[in-house]
Amino acid sequence: MTILVTGILLGGTYALIALGLTLQYGVARIMNLSNGETLVAACFAAWLLFTAGGINPLWGLLIIAPLGFIANGAIYLGLLRPLVRRASSQGMLEVDSILATFGLLFLFQGLMHLAFGGAYFNYQFLAVPFDFLGGSYALNRVTAFFAAVIIALALYLFLYRTRIGTAVRAVAVDPDAARLVAIDVGRIAAFAFALGGAITASGGVLLSTFYTFNASMGAVFVMKALIIVIMGGVGDVRGAAIAALILGVMETLVASLIDPGLTLAATYGLFIVILLFRPQGLFGGAKG
Amino acid sequence: MTRPILQIEGLRKVFGGLVAVNDVSFSVAEGELLGLIGPNGSGKTTTMNLISGALPATAGTIRLDGSPITGLTAAAISRAGVARTFQLVRILPGMSAVENVIAGGVYSRAGRWGPEAETRARELLARVGMEGRSDLPLSAMTYIDQKRVELARALAADPRLLLLDEWLAGLNPAELQMAISLIRSIHAEGMTIIMVEHVMDAIRSLCGRCVVMNSGVRIGEGATADVLADPQVMAAYLGED
Amino acid sequence: MTRSVFIQLILLALVVLCFAALPFMTEGFYLTLAVNIALYVALCTAWTLFSGPTHLVSLATAAFFGVGIYATAIGVEYLPFPVVILLGGLAGAVFAAGVGAMTLRLSGVYFVIFTLGLAELARQLVTYFQTKIFGSIGLFVLTDHSEGDLFHYLLALIVVIFVTGWLIGRSRLGFAMRVIGNDELVARHFGIEVARSKIILFVISGAFIAMAGAIMAPRYAYVEPASAFNSTMSFLVVIMALLGGTRRLWGPLVGVVPFTIIADLISAYFPEHINIIIGLGFLLIVYLLKDGVSGILLKALGSNRLTRAQGAKP
Repeated sequence: MTILVTGILLGGTYALIALGLTLQYGVARIMNLSNGETLVAACFAAWLLFTAGGINPLWGLLIIAPLGFIANGAIYLGLLRPLVRRASSQGMLEVDSILATFGLLFLFQGLMHLAFGGAYFNYQFLAVPFDFLGGSYALNRVTAFFAAVIIALALYLFLYRTRIGTAVRAVAVDPDAARLVAIDVGRIAAFAFALGGAITASGGVLLSTFYTFNASMGAVFVMKALIIVIMGGVGDVRGAAIAALILGVMETLVASLIDPGLTLAATYGLFIVILLFRPQGLFGGAKG
Repeated sequence: MTRPILQIEGLRKVFGGLVAVNDVSFSVAEGELLGLIGPNGSGKTTTMNLISGALPATAGTIRLDGSPITGLTAAAISRAGVARTFQLVRILPGMSAVENVIAGGVYSRAGRWGPEAETRARELLARVGMEGRSDLPLSAMTYIDQKRVELARALAADPRLLLLDEWLAGLNPAELQMAISLIRSIHAEGMTIIMVEHVMDAIRSLCGRCVVMNSGVRIGEGATADVLADPQVMAAYLGED
Repeated sequence: MTRSVFIQLILLALVVLCFAALPFMTEGFYLTLAVNIALYVALCTAWTLFSGPTHLVSLATAAFFGVGIYATAIGVEYLPFPVVILLGGLAGAVFAAGVGAMTLRLSGVYFVIFTLGLAELARQLVTYFQTKIFGSIGLFVLTDHSEGDLFHYLLALIVVIFVTGWLIGRSRLGFAMRVIGNDELVARHFGIEVARSKIILFVISGAFIAMAGAIMAPRYAYVEPASAFNSTMSFLVVIMALLGGTRRLWGPLVGVVPFTIIADLISAYFPEHINIIIGLGFLLIVYLLKDGVSGILLKALGSNRLTRAQGAKP
């Protein structure tokens, strides 16, 4: 029971990271491998605000998420849009964007390493026990989970209840058809990419409240996020949320029952099962 | 009547909620040139894609010379002896015209490789009217020439059944006359052909028999002249009932 | 035609012989550098065998390399070194076949993601089983092979890789890969088994990479999972190969030599900065050197189309 709850609490944060990635890949059609660096940068930003400015990370969200939006928007417009424009096919764009975002991954990772070194960081925020259903959990984990739920719900309402949100979903389903109904696909793609960055940055802020982080962990997280996105079905918000919870529980199970050194192996096990049996995602229909 | 080379029974294809091909049956005799016609969106190209294995069928069977090919991959169907051209020309841009044609025969039913494959490719390019132009770069070729290369590539597979998906679309009147006589001569050599086509003059002058589809259903079959005079078929084309 | 091929072969043999003499002329720093360069030439060329024609960015290099290292670490006590190298290749081939069968039937993105964490996965699994079953985390590799010996083995491996690549280029498989690279749908419709062809190439490439690992194992003396499965190597190989260009078999050579020297210098003097260099390397490739240095060379020579048409004749 404790394992299940811990796993779900962890899954909440994973969900935000994966939601950011699925927006970027599903709508802007860019597999952003440097997404994990947005996450790590947000962790450090929250740490800086807390330790240097005494700012509560929940308030910090209001600063860091917009910064994530701006930074990712700038990356899209400055570096990735030229690739979209020159690509003659989806396959070519895929290779180009994979290589370019790899470049960004290493560049940002190297720069953060330079700034903060390889040490592990954490800070004390709401590090008090919280009792629930006979188990005891750190209050910061519980808070982070509920904050993640609120952000994810807000995103869901935005996508399904507003005009712009509907346009974003239309582009995700079919960019050509969206163009025909006078949706500015280029702008929506840039917007979705930036929004994805903001969501991932929020995930980073929440993660930093209970997780020990360092400059080079971005790649592992992007890997997990990618697997969640595939498991949930590319561009599928609800699927990503559920897949994230499954991964969170699965990892916690393996770490506490078998060996904490095998979390990635657990992730891969899940990935292989998905690849073999449901490559279109948990909730996807037959692939066209 | 000669024996059927292709038999289709109860063929069905569903995309999500849309039934693109609904319980279609027909057969093609060896050496026949069959026209598959119908208004846009009637399921003709989907039917072709089901025969060539580009898409898996939802239900029904397709037999090539008696043995079922439903459920096989496109590659396996190609080795069984079905070759095709594509609705939008799909030439291999990074290869020469001769290599494009060789590609048709290497792994398909023909299984031809080496100098023999190159000789055959040059013969076929000459056969489709590219004599003396087969060494031009593809980028320098006109649309009709690219279509010729594509046809030669399909022929290089030594197919028992050739599928032409709107091979005549987009040609000007002079090219159309040339293209019609080319298809006629290939048919005259004994090739079994199914052609999906919108150009009615071509259908009239080439096909002895036609299958007509509308909204995924077969609405007519028979001698071309009779089928085209059928009020139901005319209604489908004119969009009235 | 055959005569010019013959002359080219003799020239190549002479070049190889000259290189083979290298360990007798120098030692220490330059020999170590030469081994590093030879290693990356082998790795990048093997990588290009698969990733060149398929355009699939494989990040599995470090995983295959680690498998090779472990093959030597386990086997060298009982079997002669060359046999161990071959067994390492076999282990790499089996591993590649498994990974390929799971991922190469699906879209390319799945493959890239899967290989991205593969070395890390192997590291975790090996660490777990070693500590659980053998109770210790490392293995000693005790051989009396000098750097010069390793260089000779690598040189032989490079020759084998090049000959294999050349043969593939003239074979039906190589032709099929070119068709697949142009248009997978057309390939499928003319009888080519796309997934199977890709898997075969991936297996060949993985086997060679594992053999390179098996050859290099004596250098480690003490093998542990963290040093055997080093993800950075996968990325270095991608950058070097793409910098050189993957359109030709010899393309990666052009990228390997300068980049190995740069990477060696940086990891010696500024070990903290290697990631920044990797990052800039990727960006350089995407934005400035799309076809690699060899692509630019070929364009400058104006022989792009000509050589391609010649090389393709069966």
